[in-house]
Amino acid sequence: MKNLLYLLPIVVGIGWFLPSCTTDMSNRVAYNGDGSGHMPDKVSYNFDIRPILSDKCLACHGPDAAKREAGLRLDMAESAYKALKEHPRAHALVPGKPEISEVFLRITTPDTSEMMPPPSSNLKLSAHQIKLIEKWIKQGAAYEKHWAFVPPKKPALPSVKQTDWPKNEIDYFILQKQEQAGVTPNEQADKERLLKRLSLDLTGLPPSLSLMDSFLADKSPNAYEKVVDQLFKNPAYGEKMALHWLDLARYADSHGYQDDGYRTQWPWRDWVIHAFNKNMPYNEFVSWQLAGDLMPNRDGGPSSKEQLLATAFNRNHKITEEGGVIPEEYRTMYVTDRTDLLGKGLLGVTIECAHCHDHKYDPFSQKEYYQLFAFFNNVKEVGMESVIGGPDTYAKKPMNEISNEDIKNILSFVNKRDTNRLIVSVMGDLDTTRKTFVLKRGAYDAPGEEVQPGTPKAILPFDDSYPKNRLGLAKWLFDKKNPLTARVYVNLLWQEFFGKGIVKTSGDFGMQGELPSHPALLDWLAVDFMEHGWNIRRLVKQMVTSATYRQSAKITTEKLAADPDNTLLARGPRYRIHAEFIKDLVLCSSGLLNPTIGGPSVKPYQPAGLWEGATSGRGLLSMYVQDHGPNLYRRGMYTLIKRTVPPPALAIFDASNRDLCEVKRLRTNTPLQALVMLNDPTVLEASRVLAARLLQEQSGVTDKIGKAFRLIVSRKPSEQETTLLTAYYEKELKKITPDRAKKTLAVGEYPTPDRIDKTKLAALMRVVTTIYNLEETITKS
Amino acid sequence: MEKEILEHGLNFNRRRFLSRLSLGLGSAALGSLLIPDLFKSSGAEEDGFTPGIPHFAPKAKRVIYLFQNGAPSQQELFDYKPKLREMMGQEMPPSIRGKQRLTNMTANQKEFPLVGSFVNFKQYGESRAWVSDLFPYTAKIVDDLCIVKSMFTEAINHDPALTFLQTGSQQGNRPSMGSWLSYGLGNENKNLPNFTVLLSRGIGNGQGVYSKLWSNGFLDSIHQGVQFSKGEDPVLYLRDPEGMDRQDRRDMLDNLAQLNDLSYQEFGDPEIAAKVKQYEMAYRMQTAVPEVMDLSKEPDDIIKLYGPDCLVPGTFAANCLLARKLSENGVRFVQLYHQGWDQHGNLPFEIAKQAKDVDQASAALVTDLKQRGLLDETLVIWGGEFGRTSYTQGKLTKDNYGRDHHPRCFTIWMAGGGIKPGMVYGETDEMGYNIVSNPVHVHDFQATVLNQLGLNHEKLVFKHLGRRYRLTDVSGKVVHDIIA
Repeated sequence: MKNLLYLLPIVVGIGWFLPSCTTDMSNRVAYNGDGSGHMPDKVSYNFDIRPILSDKCLACHGPDAAKREAGLRLDMAESAYKALKEHPRAHALVPGKPEISEVFLRITTPDTSEMMPPPSSNLKLSAHQIKLIEKWIKQGAAYEKHWAFVPPKKPALPSVKQTDWPKNEIDYFILQKQEQAGVTPNEQADKERLLKRLSLDLTGLPPSLSLMDSFLADKSPNAYEKVVDQLFKNPAYGEKMALHWLDLARYADSHGYQDDGYRTQWPWRDWVIHAFNKNMPYNEFVSWQLAGDLMPNRDGGPSSKEQLLATAFNRNHKITEEGGVIPEEYRTMYVTDRTDLLGKGLLGVTIECAHCHDHKYDPFSQKEYYQLFAFFNNVKEVGMESVIGGPDTYAKKPMNEISNEDIKNILSFVNKRDTNRLIVSVMGDLDTTRKTFVLKRGAYDAPGEEVQPGTPKAILPFDDSYPKNRLGLAKWLFDKKNPLTARVYVNLLWQEFFGKGIVKTSGDFGMQGELPSHPALLDWLAVDFMEHGWNIRRLVKQMVTSATYRQSAKITTEKLAADPDNTLLARGPRYRIHAEFIKDLVLCSSGLLNPTIGGPSVKPYQPAGLWEGATSGRGLLSMYVQDHGPNLYRRGMYTLIKRTVPPPALAIFDASNRDLCEVKRLRTNTPLQALVMLNDPTVLEASRVLAARLLQEQSGVTDKIGKAFRLIVSRKPSEQETTLLTAYYEKELKKITPDRAKKTLAVGEYPTPDRIDKTKLAALMRVVTTIYNLEETITKS
Repeated sequence: MEKEILEHGLNFNRRRFLSRLSLGLGSAALGSLLIPDLFKSSGAEEDGFTPGIPHFAPKAKRVIYLFQNGAPSQQELFDYKPKLREMMGQEMPPSIRGKQRLTNMTANQKEFPLVGSFVNFKQYGESRAWVSDLFPYTAKIVDDLCIVKSMFTEAINHDPALTFLQTGSQQGNRPSMGSWLSYGLGNENKNLPNFTVLLSRGIGNGQGVYSKLWSNGFLDSIHQGVQFSKGEDPVLYLRDPEGMDRQDRRDMLDNLAQLNDLSYQEFGDPEIAAKVKQYEMAYRMQTAVPEVMDLSKEPDDIIKLYGPDCLVPGTFAANCLLARKLSENGVRFVQLYHQGWDQHGNLPFEIAKQAKDVDQASAALVTDLKQRGLLDETLVIWGGEFGRTSYTQGKLTKDNYGRDHHPRCFTIWMAGGGIKPGMVYGETDEMGYNIVSNPVHVHDFQATVLNQLGLNHEKLVFKHLGRRYRLTDVSGKVVHDIIA
């Protein structure tokens, strides 16, 4: 094997590209790879040149005025065409004439003192990039506005040849590109696999046996649509949808930082689930979270308790309880965190880069950063309210107390299970305005120029008729002219269902982000989303009922060669599911799942000593006191997240540590994950419980194994699979001694029925564990 | 069967390679099984850099970082300031303090009386380095150490300061130093994680540690620090369940591999082959980790060298011995944290205990590596996250005082790995408050560490969300003066 590996570097690279004849966005599949040997007939600024300039030139010749070299700015036409400051007779760019354009001369000179980018920058242009720039200058060096900052327009549906394939609009855009590239879509996935994919995507849970049976039996042409609607009605839908939002909103059950004390923000998490389940429109969903405290309720009175609870969104950030801190330094950090979240999570831009200086790539000045910052800078909060302590420290001012009366009336979705005082950190502004200054180098103690609330002009100037507070900010965000909000959320959901976004860098739609693979589709979906009242469930339905989504995930050799990353979506999505859903799948298929929604987070099995080993020794979370009974079997999303020591089995499967806004999880494949699936008591207990259930049924071994397989993998096993697993069972049965059987079964707290044959149980338990460990089990395919 | 899957996967990956342009991947990196998704190039590597291949010939191959969490007081350990004793109880001159911001613990303190160390210092070795009586064992090895008295940082609180030292940024969410090295250099041992973390705690005032300190940030999670803990499960979930022996496990994995192969034949997804590989790696780790954790075979003279505590799992001494074994087995970066150095009050009592916890084993580790001929290729680092004030926090009594956090100077030492031995670098003023010569910023320190491992800190870059990130962020200069 090693030998084979050694051969690889010898292979010579061959550029891979798709034929493309036009630079029109709608007709291009974008590739950021700078190595492609493909030379377009017409060079596009947005697709070919901007990525080069942005990546290699703009750090010194871009929007950041403080770091600009030689007064030259290359991200704007007027400045790039102007006479050079230092050599008034020369010009950086002379449209049509690379031979007298200083840009071209400098990137081609062998003279290292003249060469651009300078060797000291460790940046280099490839020969292909140089040719592209030359051709672009020859063709007139025309600039275009960055695609993401131009409001989307709804394009016409492209025409396709294979007209019987599309099931809805999405498919026209997808198929058109496939046809251009000369590939054809996969056939529809088989019904079992399709149902598993759908069920995992809509509820985060595998389909039940009865759902599998009824779907397989339903031969009507709209059987699939029916099951989609059925799954939407399952309240687990709200839980599934909430997860990506909890990552984005950096929700956790501890304050973070040094002592990392307990907090009670979970009622907000219950609200998020509720909001998805009642299909709250996205604009309302976000506006409440940004500015619910500033909204008059329906009767014109003060905002409702529910609206106030929604604003906990902006208080989910870490809050220090370390005694020695300078409060203002931390208060500034909280405001920064909210500002950065707005950028990354809601606008899909790295506005955070303008915290210390003008943005190096995108047209956001540092001043504009602090204008956005100003919206969040007026909260009635302090940097350090209290050191770690008792229940009074579980939320920080401004806070909202949720009474039992509230639960009875308006907040019925909050799963409060005792009579203790329940407090949540929420938003609330000062009566007077706290002044906001540009902070030099981002330092809290280096105020510069005073600024007023405002928004980056390059995205959309702030409408003067809007109130200059978070309410106005929410209006701006959902202004139909805002080019980003809809695109960014449509893309996030696309990523949830198809595994990666149409813009792969879901948190960066700026110049350094990747270009959309299907720009016209993105725009169509974004405009359609807005036109239909920001209806999330409708959008989800469009995605999951598309022919694109329903394709089989099988990978043929040809498709692999043509499109290893599945950019063209000529096969269905095949991805390992998120950490929390792995746990859900294990619990649900074994029958252990406790379907309770919401409430305080729980502490299931966890290896001993983790919290104790890393704690300062203070506070409720200094020791891990494991729960018992039904709390052990709650969905993964309810596992208590202590920020400094996140739940290990989830962290190992790339769950967010909820430190900061996160819009895209890594998806790794490591030996530690194998160890979790093989040895975590959660998996072993579920194996034992399911095996016991099956042994109590009147059926043969093959049937028992077949049923376990269906419950876990969501399909009937093949003959070969059945043979292998049955042989394994027989072998284990012979091998396991009563003593070892007893030990094997001693895992987890759920009781084993007395009258079961322990040896059989242990053998079957191993079979079930093996099924849990199949690659296919935790993969939607 | 496994071989078939792998080869099949490779066939696929070769095609995939063809489809990508950058083909600098070297054989060293390819041979490594600990880089599971090697073929899944993130595209974020810089031109001319291949993960797993250093920029130039390294002096050191591995690092052991003995982090003293909580910030040990330099005035009581290495930075001898007789003047402070002379000026005992006198007010700290405002001109010395300048505009230094203070933590909230002393910001409202009305007086800042200087306090000399309760402990005596002597000079040792050929280098004549000053070491306090609290460190008798360290004193004996000063000629192997490069003591840097002029470290400084930007943060004044534990969380940001620790995070800054470990990740180059105060905010977190970036890769830790160990993750960068794992990414930059690849691994030497395919059966052990490349970056391991060991925790221990003294009796002194403790400050928590947090897993973000050994986070892989935006790098692949294979570069994440893996915590080895005392007890039966040194790596989380490592131990097979009760009632299952190695043969049982082997049988299960063989079955699993056959079943996964069926799935692979159907889907052709290389992730399936990768999964089989990861299970095999997990299986090997199950043997390799307990072997390396087993200290029972260490000879008496080694036990004596590290001190009796080294047989008590979870102590700093045991972790030092373990660190040597891990490092000896090719683990690229072994990170220890010893908590309890935050002496805001009651300093004389607490620091004496803390010092006793770490002195013998720290020195033993250097000596042990040296006698094995490993010190040349192993960089050992000892130090905390900032220094402590020259004036007392709280009341100064005849025999008791405390010291607050102080970012402007602190002392660390390094040994081996191509660092000059027997050297004292940098100097602070006579009040031990400001640096007067050769300041070393945290980023300079990080740049120097990377340099010793054959990595140019300005070129070890990873592009994430459109920005190029470095361990040293946007600054840092290699401290050539201390390189042998």
